[in-house]
Amino acid sequence: MGNKIVYVKELAPLTKLFEIEVAHIAERGKAGQFIILRVNDEGERIPLTIANRNPAKGTITLVFQEVGKTTEMLGLLDVGDEIHDLAGPLGKATEIPSGKTVVCVGGGIGNAVVWPQVQALKAAGNKVIAILGARTKELLILEEEITALADVTIITTDDGSYGRKGMVTHALVDLIEEGEKIDEVITIGPVVMMKFVCKATEPYGIPTQASLNPLMVDGTGMCGACRVTVDGKTRFACVEGPEFNGHLVDFDELITRLAYYQPEEKSSLEAYHRCHMDETTDNPEHGE
Amino acid sequence: MNDTPKKPKKVLNKSKVKIPMREQDPKNRIMNFDEVPLGYNADEAHQEALRCIDCKNKPCVAGCPVGIDIPAFLTLVGQKDFEGALKKIKEKNFLPAICGRVCPQEDQCEMVCTLNKPNKGREPGGIGRVERFLGDYAVEHNLDIMPDIAPPTGKTVAVIGSGPAGLTAASDMIQKGHDVTVFEALHKPGGVLFYGIPQFRLPKEILLREISGLEKMGVKFVMNYPVGKAESLDSIRERFDVVFIATGAGLPWFLGIPGENLNGVYSANEFLTRVNLMGGYKFPDGSDTPVKKIKRIAVIGAGNTAMDSARTAKRLRPEVVYLVYRRSRLEMPARVEEIHHAEQEGIDFNLLHSPIEIIDDGKGAVGAILCQEMELGEPDDSGRRRPVPIEGKVREFAVDTVVIAIGQGPNPLLSADCPELERDDRKGTIVINDLMQTSFENVFAGGDIVTGGATVILAMGQGRVAADAMHRYLMTGDPSDPEGEHI
Repeated sequence: MGNKIVYVKELAPLTKLFEIEVAHIAERGKAGQFIILRVNDEGERIPLTIANRNPAKGTITLVFQEVGKTTEMLGLLDVGDEIHDLAGPLGKATEIPSGKTVVCVGGGIGNAVVWPQVQALKAAGNKVIAILGARTKELLILEEEITALADVTIITTDDGSYGRKGMVTHALVDLIEEGEKIDEVITIGPVVMMKFVCKATEPYGIPTQASLNPLMVDGTGMCGACRVTVDGKTRFACVEGPEFNGHLVDFDELITRLAYYQPEEKSSLEAYHRCHMDETTDNPEHGE
Repeated sequence: MNDTPKKPKKVLNKSKVKIPMREQDPKNRIMNFDEVPLGYNADEAHQEALRCIDCKNKPCVAGCPVGIDIPAFLTLVGQKDFEGALKKIKEKNFLPAICGRVCPQEDQCEMVCTLNKPNKGREPGGIGRVERFLGDYAVEHNLDIMPDIAPPTGKTVAVIGSGPAGLTAASDMIQKGHDVTVFEALHKPGGVLFYGIPQFRLPKEILLREISGLEKMGVKFVMNYPVGKAESLDSIRERFDVVFIATGAGLPWFLGIPGENLNGVYSANEFLTRVNLMGGYKFPDGSDTPVKKIKRIAVIGAGNTAMDSARTAKRLRPEVVYLVYRRSRLEMPARVEEIHHAEQEGIDFNLLHSPIEIIDDGKGAVGAILCQEMELGEPDDSGRRRPVPIEGKVREFAVDTVVIAIGQGPNPLLSADCPELERDDRKGTIVINDLMQTSFENVFAGGDIVTGGATVILAMGQGRVAADAMHRYLMTGDPSDPEGEHI
């Protein structure tokens, strides 16, 4: 198997960071690309964006939120454990300009993807402004890492518990209105957030890339589960994306498609929880 | 073949028809994913083998894309020497349990069989059925029958893709004494044999068992390694003496009609991958990949993949499975046997219907599919009569799921990463010469990535031809050098 976990950190409640030994991806992966993993031989294939990589050490970093059965099982793994299957780097890398002013707008778990983008953008000599959003202070991740790299970092929380109160879009529009000359915006986070970021930049004509997160099965262009409509055309996010011109993306279709398996995902998680509770009742010593 | 013993003529079986193969009853089998044809037992295989008249010109051998010495192995089965027969097959084909199941023998060895005289009511020898019996016999008796392996040449071979073409090339190259590594993008080996062909046609256990035979011969398999992404083709070319690209036809086509991105519309690849590769029919106990509870489903297309999709859907126990095809029965590209099985299982065929729109149920999912009724007109470029719309006649099928099984194109993953590799711009296939060599000297290609989408056995045949050329290339530097054969 390989794919040994060498470092684990809890970034926020239910949000974990894994550093994993997988040398070829550490060497070849680029900002914006993703991997597909399975946690066991009955497991589903889920895509996760590469958050960081260390080619010298041969490791990649993944950040995930425990929202379903697969991510919960993944969260049970620890240092020394191996991930059953891990394939990548998949998808196209973020197109990195040079000598421009770029704003990276992240939300929630999406900030994990902002991290490598800011790194790559800085390395190419861009001015980078990061706008990082979270529902509340304790859910904000990777603030320190991103602040250390970006020229300016703006934090927003929905409830005002930290940084500016409000949405990332408000901070973005204020920045534009204040006269900051922005060449490009890159956004990654919840689909609704990305939709509104794109709506916000459109009137100003600022090119905006959105990193889409549709459902995937194989992730190699073979099945088309990840199809999205961009400029009226069907595109496969896994091989032609995941980043697209956000002003041309049909976000409403993406939201509908993402919701299709929610009932099954919910029942699968509930069954897993029930099964887990039985185990703990049967073996009190084995409980968590 | 001088080592083939003479068949004792007096026990020839003069039956005009094949020994029938037992099958799971359609009423039962649509409730499970177990195999449909149950295969011959030793007696049946023996009796069927005795129908072979061991004719002089052996047209069946030429009819087999991998050139198996069919009369020789049938003769050995006729003497109940099953191990000997297996050894004979394995000289040419390392995957008899697979080929016995998925080859279209009726268009190949059996079509040209001397016995085959339909006008006289005489059927060809049941070559595929006997081959399958032998493959299963090896599995059942845990026989590891290994062909002879040439002494190590010190040459290294990379095979990209573990589908039919890749497995055949790997098996041939290891036998020729080379060091072979197979790279597979997915987490299981077999390519379309795993993700595409359903459990009830080719049980995964049989597939994995035959592949493990290759491992025992020394072939190394690297899973989860999409070449072009995980490593560049250039780097692979540096690391290995010769490379064989067999990445298959993994790019599904859609119809390009309104409503195709509604929830509940799948490519056949996605539908079959969810159910086969990911085991979605066992969700939620035994697989974490969900497949929706289907009530009414339409499968579009009439090839083998469409039949596989329709029959897979049937086993998920919907109320109805429609098969929708724009041409007539005569033009259906699927194997006759597959069409027959689909009909037995109660698939509702709707021929001369061309989908024009998939209709939203109001919640972003499929509510119905609207089809134009067609009639046959003049022949088109493919020689098949062109379907033309009957004006004003449309029909709506109320469904919640649509599977598009109208074909697929070559997988672009590898070639997208290596633009210097010459491709057919229109089809996306990799361009090869008649020795299966690409525009890079030490890179060969075969199977669906060069044909654009054909059958398992044709891909295997190309794997064989490529292996011969690669061997000559490795030994002499020239893939056409006849001297290379003997080294």
